[in-house]
Amino acid sequence: MEKVIEKAVSKISELAIGATSANGGTREKELKIGGQSAMPFLHFEGSMPNAPVVALEVWDTVPEEWPLIADEFKDIVNDPIKWAQKGKEWGADLISLRLESCHPDNKNNSAAYAADLVKKVLAATKLPLIVIGCGHPEKDQEILPAVAEAAKGEKILLGMATKDNYKTIVAAALASGHSIIAESPLDINLAKQLNILVSDMSMPLERIAMHHTTGGLGYGFEYCYSIMERCRLAGLAGDKIMATPIINMIADETWKTKEAKTPQDEQPNWGDLHKRAINWEIACAAGYLQSGADILVLAHPESIKQVKQTIGKLK
Amino acid sequence: MALTGLDIYKLLPKTNCKKCGFPTCLAFAMAIAAKKTALDKCPDISDEAKATLSAASEPPIRTITIGAGEKKLEIGGETVLFRHEKTFFHPCGLGITISDTTSPADLQDKIKKFNALSFERVGQKVKAEIIAVKNDSNDKSKFINTVKEVKSKTTALLVLLSNDTSALEEAVKIAGDAKPVIGPANISNADQITAIAKSNNANILATGKDLDEISTVTGKISASGYKEILIDLSNVKDITSLENLTQTRRMALKKNIRSIGFPALVFTSGANTYDHLSYAAMAIAKYAGIVILPEPDPSIFLPLVTLRQNIYTDPQKPVTVDSKLYAIGGQPGANSPVIVTTNFSLTFFSVEPEILNAKVPTWLLIVDTDGLSVLTAWAAEKFHAEKVLDAMKKANLESVVSHKKIIIPGYVAVMAPKLNEISGWEILIGPREASAIPKYLRSSWQ
Ligand code: SF4
Repeated sequence: MEKVIEKAVSKISELAIGATSANGGTREKELKIGGQSAMPFLHFEGSMPNAPVVALEVWDTVPEEWPLIADEFKDIVNDPIKWAQKGKEWGADLISLRLESCHPDNKNNSAAYAADLVKKVLAATKLPLIVIGCGHPEKDQEILPAVAEAAKGEKILLGMATKDNYKTIVAAALASGHSIIAESPLDINLAKQLNILVSDMSMPLERIAMHHTTGGLGYGFEYCYSIMERCRLAGLAGDKIMATPIINMIADETWKTKEAKTPQDEQPNWGDLHKRAINWEIACAAGYLQSGADILVLAHPESIKQVKQTIGKLK
Repeated sequence: MALTGLDIYKLLPKTNCKKCGFPTCLAFAMAIAAKKTALDKCPDISDEAKATLSAASEPPIRTITIGAGEKKLEIGGETVLFRHEKTFFHPCGLGITISDTTSPADLQDKIKKFNALSFERVGQKVKAEIIAVKNDSNDKSKFINTVKEVKSKTTALLVLLSNDTSALEEAVKIAGDAKPVIGPANISNADQITAIAKSNNANILATGKDLDEISTVTGKISASGYKEILIDLSNVKDITSLENLTQTRRMALKKNIRSIGFPALVFTSGANTYDHLSYAAMAIAKYAGIVILPEPDPSIFLPLVTLRQNIYTDPQKPVTVDSKLYAIGGQPGANSPVIVTTNFSLTFFSVEPEILNAKVPTWLLIVDTDGLSVLTAWAAEKFHAEKVLDAMKKANLESVVSHKKIIIPGYVAVMAPKLNEISGWEILIGPREASAIPKYLRSSWQ
């Protein structure tokens, strides 16, 4: 039967993370994401030069809100260096380091601490790096410029730049040659506005990734899923502003849910907790792969392995 | 694909006689295309034109009913490729396979586990609905016995699969009036299976090695006037399955190709349970009408029924709960805590189970924020001190509790001074995430 082909007018922009020694950095590889000219994995009508990648989420403090991870990997999660080193062993393409301890409600660690930690992580792993602030808009304006400076030359992906603090963060990323994650809360118009604001600061669109604030499976997944599809369709139809790659912070939206915490003896019908929690992360990732995820940030080694395998089959 | 005004005009008498109430045949055609009038307003239309036009107005993907009565499942009938364009109407069915080579003990175990695949999420009961019984033994009596056992011990909707049409004929009678799916129908047995399905009110699963062959099979079946058909788009390679699922949906919607305009059934494949889960998640997101997995594992089905619920939520409907005072976790009293939040249902259904988790009976005061979540409602000025005070008054909170303390979400801590000033109540700053509520209620409350 004759296929119905929908040729894209345009492509998703291609973003590179990580600089090798050839490019003045110390990463073992340069990762590329984006560049597709079709909706996810529809190879019959366009190309997907770069398959989606999987990042290991690493915190600089024990993730108390993720009890299963905190418990199962208790000898690892108390040390961000050890944790980051697991990335390679567990098969992740890159590391996503979250500077949670810098939050004023946490240890309120300083910019100097953040810069120092990022240097240590860069020394401990050769994988490309994403660095996420603590999520406090003002505090991130202090710590992320220090991080950008400390990682100069490594082409990291720096986030989250929001409408309240993008100026400082984008300026810092520009000064040190990094890329940026522009984050807006589940709203396609806000996402577009922020991409315009960021690119107006002469940040090239090829150095912007979008985060729509990932909805966890069962916790707003459908909103994020549809916004991603709409962005991707707009990007392929020629809207360059909306054609930036997309990141999903799946680990953080998985391991704090009750489905990833409640033991089977409290919910006999829900099945084994450990399997269920991993399945929650895998199902969420498998869903987002269909709406245009380019970077999936995960926590459990089993999920990382499986999602990599699924991508391998589909790509 | 709907016909355009011009397509319709070509089929009209073109006499401009005005009997339809429109000045010209073209104006009438335009009104039909816009669904503003009905075809029978033109008395002079030919029977042939009528047939063409009513065929074109049939939905591009047929709605298929499996089962009967309250437990029936409607699938198909979808009209868009992306849920944001309108909505996906009919949540896909989920289920498991049972082979007739399963040992009696394993069979009972599987049935028991299947029956437990029932969950409650955001106020809805969700579950796995389907059991596909496979005649792997090629032994008719084993097949019939397995079907009987499944029928008598579950309320599952049935998919009955055998290459022996006489076995199917007997099995379909066991299903009775509970409209099962029977198959696999292929080029060589399509006529026989159609005859069985017709006389027993069953659906037919059409199979083939590719879309061309499937389309030939559905063509054979519908040539007899019977159209209760599903198409099997399982494939060992996930990627081929995604392509076929996407192509059939597109061909039906965009090219109005009738021979594949039926809901698709997918049997997942893979080396381990994670593979099956990943495959099923893809099929739920991308257009499958039924997804069948090998094992009734609740740790797999809970995420899958959740994904299905998410994908099939109507994106145009703001999902809200009633704005009022709720008693959560038994019988809260005059000394129980009061938590306030928004009427966005996702917010409500995140907070409510956490209060239950805490095992601290609590009053939950829901403020009407037009279905916006805490942060969005705050930004849109729909969740502020005056609004909370209004809700407190409406619920007559002063006579419900004696302590004059109210807990607000951590994300809107900034409204505390104002709310304190206008209400005179003590404002406690609760956690930002619902998941931290149990800890908060157990340790910080009083
Ligand atoms: S009644 Fe029929 S023939 Fe007459 S004007 Fe209307 S459409 Fe044309």
